[in-house]
Amino acid sequence: MKAMHQGDLTFSSIDPNAGLKRAIQMKRIDIIGEISRSKMRGRGGAGFPTGTKWNLAAAAVAPKKYIVCNADEGEPGTFKDRVILQEFADLVFAGMTIAGKAINALEGIVYLRAEYTYLLSHLEAVLDQRRKAGLLGSSIGGDESFSFDITIRMGSGAYICGEETALIESMEGFRGEPRNRPPYPVDTGFMKHPTVVNNVETFAWAACIIARGADWFNAVGTDKSTGYKLFSISGDVQRPGVYEFPMGIMVSDLLKEVGGSDAKAVQIGGASGHCVPASEFSRTCAFEDMSTGGSVIVFGPLRDMLDIAENFLEFFVEESCGQCTPCRIGNVKLLEGVRMLKEGTCSMTYLKELLSLGETMQLASKCGLGQSSPNAFLSIVRHFKPEIMGRVNL
Amino acid sequence: MTNSIDNCSSCRSPKSMKVHEVSTQTQTGQIGGQVSLVIDGKTIKVPLGTTILEACRTLNIRIPTLCYHEDLCVAGICRICVVEVEKMHTLQAACSFPVTAPIVVHTHTRKVRHARRHILDLMLSDHYGECYSCSRNGTCELQTLAQEYGVDFYRFGHPSESTHKVDRSSHSVVRDMDKCILCRRCVRTCIDLQEVGVLEAINRGDHTKISTFMDKQLADVVCINCGQCINRCPTAALKANDPTDDVWAAIDDPDKHVVIQTAPSPRAAIGECFDLEPGTPMTWQMNTALRECGFDAVFDTNFTADLTIIEEGTELILRLYKALVQGDQKVAESLPQFTSCSPGWVKYIEHFYPDYLHHVSSAKSPQQMFGALIKTYYAKKRNIDPSKIVSVALMPCSAKKFECNRPEMVDSGYKDIDYGLTTRELAKMIHEAGIDMPKMEKSDFDDPFGTATGSGVIFGASGGVMESALRCVVELVTGEAVENIFENARIEPVRGFEGTKLAELTFDKVGPVPDLLKHLVPNWDWMKGVTLKVGVCHGTANAKKVMDDIIAGGPFSKCHFIEFMACPGGCLGGGGQPIPTSEAIRAARARAIYAEDESSTVRKSHLNPAILDVYHEFLTDGPCGKTAHKLLHTHYIRRGKYIM
Ligand SMILES: Cc1cc2nc3c(=O)[nH]c(=O)nc-3n(C[C@H](O)[C@H](O)[C@H](O)COP(=O)(O)O)c2cc1C
Ligand code: SF4
Ligand code: SF4
Ligand code: SF4
Ligand code: SF4
Ligand code: FES
Repeated sequence: MKAMHQGDLTFSSIDPNAGLKRAIQMKRIDIIGEISRSKMRGRGGAGFPTGTKWNLAAAAVAPKKYIVCNADEGEPGTFKDRVILQEFADLVFAGMTIAGKAINALEGIVYLRAEYTYLLSHLEAVLDQRRKAGLLGSSIGGDESFSFDITIRMGSGAYICGEETALIESMEGFRGEPRNRPPYPVDTGFMKHPTVVNNVETFAWAACIIARGADWFNAVGTDKSTGYKLFSISGDVQRPGVYEFPMGIMVSDLLKEVGGSDAKAVQIGGASGHCVPASEFSRTCAFEDMSTGGSVIVFGPLRDMLDIAENFLEFFVEESCGQCTPCRIGNVKLLEGVRMLKEGTCSMTYLKELLSLGETMQLASKCGLGQSSPNAFLSIVRHFKPEIMGRVNL
Repeated sequence: MTNSIDNCSSCRSPKSMKVHEVSTQTQTGQIGGQVSLVIDGKTIKVPLGTTILEACRTLNIRIPTLCYHEDLCVAGICRICVVEVEKMHTLQAACSFPVTAPIVVHTHTRKVRHARRHILDLMLSDHYGECYSCSRNGTCELQTLAQEYGVDFYRFGHPSESTHKVDRSSHSVVRDMDKCILCRRCVRTCIDLQEVGVLEAINRGDHTKISTFMDKQLADVVCINCGQCINRCPTAALKANDPTDDVWAAIDDPDKHVVIQTAPSPRAAIGECFDLEPGTPMTWQMNTALRECGFDAVFDTNFTADLTIIEEGTELILRLYKALVQGDQKVAESLPQFTSCSPGWVKYIEHFYPDYLHHVSSAKSPQQMFGALIKTYYAKKRNIDPSKIVSVALMPCSAKKFECNRPEMVDSGYKDIDYGLTTRELAKMIHEAGIDMPKMEKSDFDDPFGTATGSGVIFGASGGVMESALRCVVELVTGEAVENIFENARIEPVRGFEGTKLAELTFDKVGPVPDLLKHLVPNWDWMKGVTLKVGVCHGTANAKKVMDDIIAGGPFSKCHFIEFMACPGGCLGGGGQPIPTSEAIRAARARAIYAEDESSTVRKSHLNPAILDVYHEFLTDGPCGKTAHKLLHTHYIRRGKYIM
């Protein structure tokens, strides 16, 4: 697989170790302060403020803490982390090292998606170089009080292991299944130690923010969604690939850039995200509007929306961890319902039952997978009423 | 109320199956370790970390649960217990939400009601089976909730055919995965309470199912047949292998002489199947009901419990004598002696600690001793052709079903015990016969085994075997009444539900050797000044702790005698006992058992006149003699845990 990105990425223009070098001179509290001021929110999808997360982990009193880089990238239509790991691994590792200093963790772990095993030797080589250059290991940058090292752990191919508590469960050797919350990993994470789990891209930006300063970052984007973001664009577009856009970009602007302006609908945020119709292309990719980990799947004018819903639901039926009832069986029922719609055997009453079931799944599932798995179906039914209602068995 | 959070920090389930352990650090809104919350408009103050479910129960607000079980760590996976917490955008599972800050909870809003209905509807859409042909009809938690939530149609359909083959391979446990709701209570039971780990969820998504190692049938894995998973399964997905049809057939056959022995624990629990409070003793009414059902004779397993004490106690004395006086190194290595009356424990040690089998007493369990005597001693005495005797054992236990089918259990020349019946199965037979058991007249057990002692009765509770053995050994060795040492013969240090217990007793003086043992030891002088150290544990998770302690040379390795019971609480918490089970219910049963002990006229095994008769008339070469060895002792199998 060849990494591909379209246009220039900010990452190329930044010395990967500039941030770390600055961080070595900074106090922990100032590192966290800088990240907080940048107002960066997690790039993995949920958009939790990174500074707050680091601060919570830093405040936790514990003899041992961990930094975990979530490189499980399993969301359908997401491939930007792969590009970052392939081209900017140094930046990611520098970000992890900075986070290590910020919360006083000595160990970092990269949880690498099984399908990315081919990246392993490259990443190990980069780690080795960094150790040799004194950027990892003990006395980083000559500072005796600063030690940090990074190991890589392979995932085993389950989408759910990208969910941070399932990821930790998997690292501990158990079935990858989400935990009850609270506690959050910043309090009780890997082996019960406070743990910061961040997305690959989050660490890379953190290193840039420390290098260039919070003001440089939060000058871009919107007030609530600052900075740049990588987007994985796929589907019915002329130029698919990884792009960098400022947060808050309008869907229509984005489509113009990638050559997808005739789209009928766009799925923002992967399988668990929202499907927006052309009439709402003025909406923005921002946490205050449509939160996203960067996946944008574009559907051309000839697409059947039910095929799309069916495709996503097939994914969730497979990838639900199987723990909790609403998600394990609910997705099966939604999928059956979509197939009934396609065959013209779904009644209006039953469609309403399914919509109501979707709401229950959002409310009652144990983790984000089940809580977001009905989104695509619900938004398709909401936004494409005429197309769907025409298929209902009256 | 016990705080479920306390007892799950050390169990082996993954953290996905646990709730947060709340630290006692100061949190906002907390007053002296307490936090105040509002549930349905009522304000309540609870200890920090109490779950919403626990708080609701204190307020008598009913929250439905399915994956939650008091004895287990909290999984939070069925989601039936969801409630609305203000300011949170999703519903929260009450069972697994620890309260650490003041919150406002609503337990029956529209969203909550809809979600619960949907969850039930989803479960039923995946549940093949009909309630009227189901063994849990009337005691099924899913059925109860479907009724409470007014399920009157299958909103999301209902399977019309089976998708899983029923596994009937085990003598003890039947698995019908068509009725499984994936609550994983069995998984947590088997690994956390029992440290066996036979069951685990495999696959993902809608392929998720509960499986054994490599999906082998239950008879071919390390299952110890304890049936604890059955007792905690909310549905009929797990049930005992039920022989009642065969028992009825034997009763109906005029050619057969059908006898039943009844263990101590069922009588303290069977009332629960007749809507009586847990702990209502039914000993004498049950005897009458059994005869009404058509059993030809009703015996008390306590008789062979007493016999076990004599045989196992003698074996212990012999081991001590050989080790301490004769310096026999090999025998010394077989101390501490382990009890052998719990067949779940026996299979556990056969699988998990096969190198320690020489520690296990060779004495059979009371059930099997009785089996061997009925088809020999009793048959001869009553002049009945042993091939015409059908011997049934009423047990609190599912492992006894496996035990009576062990191929070596044929020392009488026939299958010693034909059928093991559980408390639940007998209750069903009594119901089927239209007998209102609680209203039955009281009647005694049949001769020649008569009424046993209080020592036999307490076998049902954890620590009971040890207490009986100590009563006996103290009196046999010192010649003094045990009441002089322990008030009312209550040996408190070995009682109670603590997982593992240690106790010791020093022999300051010794008496003459009683007749029964004269052929084995010349005098007791060697016991003078000896401190007898004993241990007790129940639930095989605790047995594992004790075994690992012995291997590490800890305090249990210094013991002389250790009682092991496979089931939590001992037999009264057995896998054949009425469902549901909880610590409170087990404690109530224990009270009934100890009360029966105190009301018995004879409370020490060696004073049981029927026992003395057996040794006098039949086992004439005495305890641990040749006949006793042939009929009352057995051997074990090195099974190991690696399964081909
Ligand atoms: C089903 C599911 C799958 C997820 N997969 C990923 C993933 O592959 N990569 C990722 O970074 N975050 C994933 N997340 C989000 C993580 O749980 C977590 O929020 C994230 O790693 C935090 O990092 P951030 O704050 O830097 O975004 C997933 C969440 C859910 C519910
Ligand atoms: S919502 Fe789905 S993935 Fe999440 S815990 Fe429940 S079954 Fe597992
Ligand atoms: S398990 Fe429960 S719900 Fe299922 S058939 Fe039996 S009684 Fe009915
Ligand atoms: S009977 Fe006991 S050992 Fe066997 S599966 Fe059930 S709990 Fe585990
Ligand atoms: S077998 Fe019973 S206890 Fe086990 S998961 Fe299924 S329903 Fe729950
Ligand atoms: S009882 Fe709370 S989730 Fe099952």
